[in-house]
Amino acid sequence: MAEVLLENINKNFGKIKAVDDFCLQIMDKEFIVFVGPSGCGKSTTLRMIAGLEEISSGNISIDQRIVNNTHPKNRDIAMVFQNYALYPHLSVRENISFGIRAQKLPKNEITSRTLEAAKILGLDELLDRRPGELSGGQKQRVAMGRAIVRKPKVFLFDEPLSNLDAKLRHKMRVEMKKLHQQVQTTTIYVTHDQVEAMTLADRIVIMKDGKIEQVGSPDEVYHKPNSQFVASFIGSPAMNFISGTLEFLNNRNSLICDGGEMIDLVDWPDLVGSKLTMGIRPEHMELKTEKSSKVINTVLDAKVSVLEPMGHEVIVTCDSNVGEVIGKYTGNTKLKVGQTIHFEFKKENIHFFDENSGKRVS
Amino acid sequence: MTDYASRIAYLERIKPTKIIIWTLLFLGGIVMVTPLAFMISTSFKTGADVFSLGIIPKNPTLENYIYIWTESQFSRWMLNSLWVATFSTASVVFFDSLVGYTLAKFTFRGQTIVFIAILSTLMIPTEMLIIPWYMMSREFGWIDTYWGIAFPGLMTGFGTFLMRQFFMGLPDELIEAARIDGWSEFAIWSRIAMPLVVPALSALAIFHFLGNWTAFIWPLIVTNSPELYTIPVGLASFNGEFQTDWEIVMTASCLATLPTLLVFLVLQKFIIRGVMLAGLKG
Repeated sequence: MAEVLLENINKNFGKIKAVDDFCLQIMDKEFIVFVGPSGCGKSTTLRMIAGLEEISSGNISIDQRIVNNTHPKNRDIAMVFQNYALYPHLSVRENISFGIRAQKLPKNEITSRTLEAAKILGLDELLDRRPGELSGGQKQRVAMGRAIVRKPKVFLFDEPLSNLDAKLRHKMRVEMKKLHQQVQTTTIYVTHDQVEAMTLADRIVIMKDGKIEQVGSPDEVYHKPNSQFVASFIGSPAMNFISGTLEFLNNRNSLICDGGEMIDLVDWPDLVGSKLTMGIRPEHMELKTEKSSKVINTVLDAKVSVLEPMGHEVIVTCDSNVGEVIGKYTGNTKLKVGQTIHFEFKKENIHFFDENSGKRVS
Repeated sequence: MTDYASRIAYLERIKPTKIIIWTLLFLGGIVMVTPLAFMISTSFKTGADVFSLGIIPKNPTLENYIYIWTESQFSRWMLNSLWVATFSTASVVFFDSLVGYTLAKFTFRGQTIVFIAILSTLMIPTEMLIIPWYMMSREFGWIDTYWGIAFPGLMTGFGTFLMRQFFMGLPDELIEAARIDGWSEFAIWSRIAMPLVVPALSALAIFHFLGNWTAFIWPLIVTNSPELYTIPVGLASFNGEFQTDWEIVMTASCLATLPTLLVFLVLQKFIIRGVMLAGLKG
């Protein structure tokens, strides 16, 4: 188990800057998730930690030892790949023990560690099968077995669940969390799936264009996103954004939208005159079929255009004067397409981002 | 009656295109098999019967076979061919796959130039290389040696190209996983990459072996002593200046074909798969 320190890491592919001045301290036993859209540099960063990619500048330390020029095999790490990277001509047993056989450990230790890993992952019955005879979830478990059998200082996971179907992905997510609680090894996990990031991470690193946008606990990045990008990336359905200028009119604050529409904002004295993007999460848009007689919150009128029943809730996509907005509805009244509804939202649930920089301003 | 009716129905289902294809295949088969049949038939004929066109020998005899085994160095030539073909095939399997792997899975300065240089050797016909090979052999004292016969086939541009293409199809993650697991680059090549390209490797080995078994021009030029002849050179030595004992030539040809036939029968599956994989003709 070890701390991983990334200091001013840069990676250039020709003229393209894949990773830009990446600084991060990953604590011992921490489960950290790098998340971001395709091409944001998250996998490149992971590969640099693994030693599969050279760094252009900066320092990578594992357990207080700089490993910039250390061969992958000497970094004491184990990596699980997106496509599992199981050796198809070897049995599950041979796949799991392949790494420790390279370490030339005594035969009985190889056997006992292989069986131990197989037991943890429930692979005891499958040891003599070939990867071709396994299901996606079983293959994933073998890949994990190959990693844990080596008892490394750091686990690296590169989108390990992206080839699995939704149900299996959830199951494997739970297994992974259990495994981390059991072995307590520092883990760096790369994904583009924000649900995986939120559910697994102690801390999430959100990346964009090779840079860190925000580092924080799942709660922090969800409730206090540093930028419009983070706000839009985390959460499903994504946050609603409405652009405009905040004005003080008729004794109250109003957001004058780019199309000329006006949204009254209750009790908001700051930021008057600023060009802003207002963000509200769908679950914070309280859907009312009747307009309240005494309005204490901000109200947005809209017309239902699409209903997506999820069982426990309905995702409601609506057309409004300020564009398309999405809300969630858990009430009992049956909604209809074309029906006029009213969204109310509270001040504490509104986020404001600078329109030019995209940074959070409230 | 029912049987007759079903046969008629079956014949009615046969399309004219099928009949044309079958006829062409049948004619092709005859063209291929007739010389082989004559070869086998002549090997059992006496000298007097050689020029009779009948497939069945009038006075079948095993004398030609006895003559070949007792009076000529045929068994020695067979061993020579076996040794040269096996040695050069082993070398090609090792070196071509090693170079192909390096070109496919490593990035280094001048990689493209090396690859193009190897590829360009495919454009040069063997006949053009014979004089440089001969001059080299004379310079290094390889004339009339086993090494002299084998060295041009120890590594091939085609094999390197073929193996490179196959190794390129291997996922990089497998190699990287093994690298993180702590194996050396040579161990990764031999333990991970090689077992995964066995179909391509067997195709390469079979074609190279057969190519060497039937190689004629270079072994003819580089060898002087009959003890070093390979089978094709030995066969040619039966052709006299004024007279050729065709029954002996045909008997030797029969014997020379046996190992290739054996290779084909044993490795039939691999050969067909190899032809499909490499886009080669046999």
